[in-house]
Amino acid sequence: MLLPFFEWCEATWLGQYVRDSLWLFPVIEAVHLLGFCLLGGALLIVDLRLLGFGLRNQSIAEIASGADRWLVRGVLLTMATGILLFLSEAVKCYYNSSFWVMITTLPFALLFTFGVRRRVVMRDGLVTSWGSRLLATVSLALWFTVAAAGRWIGFSS
Amino acid sequence: MLIPSALDWLARTPWSIALHESQYMWPLTESAHVLTLGLFVGSTAMLDLRLLGVAFTGVPVSELTSRLLPWTRAGFTIMVTTGLLLFYATPVTYYQSLFFRIKVVLLLAAGINVLVFHARTHRTVSAWGGDDRPPSAARVAAIISLTAWTGVVVAGRLIAYNWFSCDIQPQSAFVNWVSGCGAGTP
Repeated sequence: MLLPFFEWCEATWLGQYVRDSLWLFPVIEAVHLLGFCLLGGALLIVDLRLLGFGLRNQSIAEIASGADRWLVRGVLLTMATGILLFLSEAVKCYYNSSFWVMITTLPFALLFTFGVRRRVVMRDGLVTSWGSRLLATVSLALWFTVAAAGRWIGFSS
Repeated sequence: MLIPSALDWLARTPWSIALHESQYMWPLTESAHVLTLGLFVGSTAMLDLRLLGVAFTGVPVSELTSRLLPWTRAGFTIMVTTGLLLFYATPVTYYQSLFFRIKVVLLLAAGINVLVFHARTHRTVSAWGGDDRPPSAARVAAIISLTAWTGVVVAGRLIAYNWFSCDIQPQSAFVNWVSGCGAGTP
C-alpha cells in the first residue's frame, strides 16, 4: 500500500540527485553521524543528570535548558540528512526491516522527548528520583533503538 | 617493510579471519563503535561548546571536566576497543586506506590538543572556569577539538568507500604513495 509512496520518494529530483552522485551519499551519511553526535551529547548530558550521574551539582532544569537548543539542532541535522539518505534509496528502505523499526520508533522518541521529557525537566525543583530515572531510561531506550536500528539498515535486508 | 608484513601476518590469524567473516560479530562491533560516538564525541562536543561560551555558561568548566569527563573517557575506551577489533578484522585493508590514514593523523592532532589543554590551559581552570567566555587558549582548544573530531568522524565513515583502494587501479601516483599501495600485498 505504501510502496507507491516510496517509489515516488525515490523518483523525486532530490532523491535522484543524491543517488546519481558518487560522493554525495557518503558525505551526507557523515553529516548524519555528526548530527547524531550532537544529539547524543545533548541527550546524554541531561539523561545522565536525571539518573543521578554527571553534573549532579547543577539543577536538572539548568542542565536541561542549556542542552535544549543543541538537542534541537542535533535532531534537525540528523533528520534533514536522514531524509536525504532516505529519498535516495526509498524502495530499498521499504524492504528493509531495520528501517521500519527505526522509522516507527522515531515518532515516539520525538513525542516523548519534546512532548513529555522537555516539559518535565524544564520545571524548577525537579530532583533525582525514581520518576526522573524512569524518564531518562525511557529516553535512552527510545533513542538507542532509533540509532541502533538506523545503523543496522546498512547491514540488514 | 616491517609493518605491512606484520599486518599481513595479523590478517592470517584465525580470530582475525573469524571476525572478518562473521555474520553478526563484525556488524555488532561496528554498530557499538558508531553508537558510542554519541557518548564520546557527544560529551566532548558539550565540553567544547562550554569552552567556547555558547552552552552551559552557568556551569563552571571544572564541573564538566571533573563530572562529565569520566563518561567521555568511558566512551573513549569503548571507541578504542571496538576500533582496534575492527582494525584487527581487516588490518591490511585499513593500513592501505587513504581515509584511515587521514583519520589516524586527525586522531593524533586531537590527542595532542587534549594533552596540551590539560597540561597547560586547564591547570588554571580555577581562575577562569566560571567565566561565561573562557580565555582564548581554551576557545582555541575547543575549536581544534571540534574540527579534529569532525574530521575523524567524516574520515572514519568514508573508510567504507573504496574510491582510493589499492585494489582498484589505476589510481594517481599521489594516492598510491599516500595509501602505501604496493606494500604488504605479496
